[in-house]
Amino acid sequence: MERRSFVKLVAVSGGGLAFAIRPSQADRAGQVSDEMNEWVPGAFLRIDRDGTVTVTVARADMGQGVRTALPMIVADELDADWDRVKIVQAEAHPDRYGRMMTVGSTSVRNGAWLPLRRAGATAREMLVAAAAAQWSVPASSLRTERGRVLHAGSGRVIAYGDLVDGATKQAVPSSPRLKTPDEFRIIGTSPKQLDTPAKVTGKAQFGIDARVPGMLFATVVHPPIFGSTVRSFDATAALAVAGVKNVVQVSQGVAVVAEHTGAALKGAKALVIAYDNTGFTASSPEIFEALGRLASAPALEAKRVGTPENAIAGAGRRVQAEYQAPYLAHATMEPMNCTADVRADRVELWAPTQNPQGAQQAASRLTGIPLDKVTVHTQLMGCGWGRRSRDDFVTDAVEVSKAIGAPVQVLWTREEDMQHDFYRPAAVVKLDGGVDAGGTLNALTVRIAAQGISGPRNGLDGNAVASIADTPYHIPNFLVEYARAENAVPVGYWRSVGPSQNTFVFESFIDEMAHAAGRDPVEFRRGMLAEEPRMLHVLNACAERAKWGSAVPAGRARGVALVEDKGGRVAEIAEVSLENGRIRVHRVTVVADCGQIIHPGIVHAQLSGSVVAGLTAALYGEITIEKGRVKQGNFNDYRMLRIGEMPEVDVHVVPSREEPGGVGEPGVPPIAAAVANALFTLTGVRARRLPLGANWRA
Amino acid sequence: MDGYTLSTSSLSTTSSISSISSLSSLSSLSSLSSTRPPMPTYTLRVNGTSKQVDVDADTRLLWVLRDVLGLTGTKFGCGIAQCGACTVHLDGAAVRSCTTQVSQVGTRTITTIEGLSPDGGHPVQRAWIDEDVPQCGYCQVGQVMAAAALLKKTPRPTDEDIDDAMTGNVCRCGTYDRIRRAIHRAAQEG
Repeated sequence: MERRSFVKLVAVSGGGLAFAIRPSQADRAGQVSDEMNEWVPGAFLRIDRDGTVTVTVARADMGQGVRTALPMIVADELDADWDRVKIVQAEAHPDRYGRMMTVGSTSVRNGAWLPLRRAGATAREMLVAAAAAQWSVPASSLRTERGRVLHAGSGRVIAYGDLVDGATKQAVPSSPRLKTPDEFRIIGTSPKQLDTPAKVTGKAQFGIDARVPGMLFATVVHPPIFGSTVRSFDATAALAVAGVKNVVQVSQGVAVVAEHTGAALKGAKALVIAYDNTGFTASSPEIFEALGRLASAPALEAKRVGTPENAIAGAGRRVQAEYQAPYLAHATMEPMNCTADVRADRVELWAPTQNPQGAQQAASRLTGIPLDKVTVHTQLMGCGWGRRSRDDFVTDAVEVSKAIGAPVQVLWTREEDMQHDFYRPAAVVKLDGGVDAGGTLNALTVRIAAQGISGPRNGLDGNAVASIADTPYHIPNFLVEYARAENAVPVGYWRSVGPSQNTFVFESFIDEMAHAAGRDPVEFRRGMLAEEPRMLHVLNACAERAKWGSAVPAGRARGVALVEDKGGRVAEIAEVSLENGRIRVHRVTVVADCGQIIHPGIVHAQLSGSVVAGLTAALYGEITIEKGRVKQGNFNDYRMLRIGEMPEVDVHVVPSREEPGGVGEPGVPPIAAAVANALFTLTGVRARRLPLGANWRA
Repeated sequence: MDGYTLSTSSLSTTSSISSISSLSSLSSLSSLSSTRPPMPTYTLRVNGTSKQVDVDADTRLLWVLRDVLGLTGTKFGCGIAQCGACTVHLDGAAVRSCTTQVSQVGTRTITTIEGLSPDGGHPVQRAWIDEDVPQCGYCQVGQVMAAAALLKKTPRPTDEDIDDAMTGNVCRCGTYDRIRRAIHRAAQEG
């Protein structure tokens, strides 16, 4: 959806041409939508007299490349010289940039695409107008190229930098002409990412690398059982550790402050803490039993088409199944951390956050210091995956700095990070489907039981039914229900959110129905996509590239799955074998239609990386709860895919001039089902529970 | 309300890892002493220069580098040598600085990413840029250090050599395919 925005000339110190792209009036009044898929980007574009173009990036980078892709959009419409483009990371501001939360694969799609282009085009037209005035020629006789205005008739050329003073005197065009896609010169190319040299020399500053004069280093021990609180603690032994300066209780736990992190961690080990338990003592088996009960009774209707109950009762072939998906931790490479400097009248934060405005609000709320005195420097992040949209790690840092009166970096151990996450919700899903005499899926009911991440209490969580209720498949009789579970395990957004587990469930069951109908799984899907030409094309292209239907090497089988998610359409075909009972994924073919893409190199990286993310979860990902606390703690018991396990990933992106769609997430969901479907073809055994396991348990 | 008391050391889910156990027992020892013993001084040879640090003998090299010496290129990922983000070289060999105690370093030379090359022009770094390897980039310093150590030992590694040498380095973004290509490229162009 396009949101209104406008471009405004602003004054900058030292001269130069600077524009602010402002959100619409309603958004500036603070009515920023809470919907994940809507945002209005604000940005500053500045052109200096020396020709440097500076784009302020309001979104946070956690590996998805927005610090390269967003400036590319502006620079293309501006006809800038890409080698002269610089970026500045925006500090948090309540309304200047619209909503700054970097979630939902939204940084390019929806709101950003047109406003950023409009900013570049506005500046370009004003520079052209300035040249036209200077040379007394019609603007229509001028063209622009790589940071210069050219007059074909006279051969005159002038650099943008030499035009900025004249350009500031021009009227701001209200509707500058945007390029047609065949005029793009930067969009659709893959320039070197601006941050790469710093990332391979160790100079890139992540959250954990913030250094402030006089700072101390801390870690926080949080109550291991969800919902429990610190009753008392004995810091004697911790304070005896060399380098430990202080032990303070904060709202979420007990902090050990030291001269260096090593001393803080050693001090934390020596703490003795008594907790008050609120009574949450559940373990995973009981949690799944409760989910199973919820999935067995009628629940909230998320989608109803036709008369599914009657149609299923009269179906020629009927299949019923129950699927399960576990809790998942994000396990970002960089554990949660934040650096805070709380003074009497101001706060400064260096936060690796997907949500700088949330960090700003949290700091203000915790200190009573007004928002405009809270500076948030958004840091590079060692992965985000939704985990860093929360502000619990910010809270720790602000409270510790406030308590000790000094700047401090709070860093969580890997174990604290894994055991105090906002987990992908565990889910139990019951499905019931009927195939008619012609071998097509005539009726399907799906009931999903899981904790909610969003939506009203006891109400529908759109994320919990995503990629099922809004499937691109045409199913004549279709019912999707949602039963909202409640327990003390914190849940949250995990890369691709609901579709990450729902696609495993749904695409596995679609495969079951295809086999029940005695039809080829790709052909079966094609039959339901007649009205979805883009998804159908993606599926066909994937089948073709993967040579679906051709012979596979002995001992291997292929499986297919697809998803439409966050504006991206992705199909994946996995080629799988079992080696001594161990699942081996040899090759994955990924075909995606993400609309117009900005930087093909980043898109390919996101899609192949999504296969690794989804495969890690599919094979190994499982957080279990034991007596109210998380059992796993580190990479030794929460396994990551390693280099030798990465399949060959063949990525093909469908050329498209449609509006940009999401890229960072839609590649994650299909792989689990693609592998499970291949395993069924290989073994005849249907996997209905994640993780599939390091060892095939059939 | 029920109460319960736990020492945090008993909460570790990784108590089977010897380095963690030793941390716990050392901290219990220090809790028994009423006064802190004077901290020892260690002279470390880091990136070609000598540095003196006053820290406990069991302080992990990672924190000495990052927090005491300000060499923040080396990253923290797991603390138990399971992810490789903290990889540095001791006498040219890749080690995990998160489990290496400062007292174990001795006279060996320490090389961090800051000292791998004067200008970021090590063949591995050049190949990493040419292949556009990083996504978030957090693990990449450790990957580069592990790859540089591999190539020093095995100038023309096979895919199997790469799997063996790099299996300890986790990349959550999934850049493994480009890491492999970059290592082969560095081997050819280095």
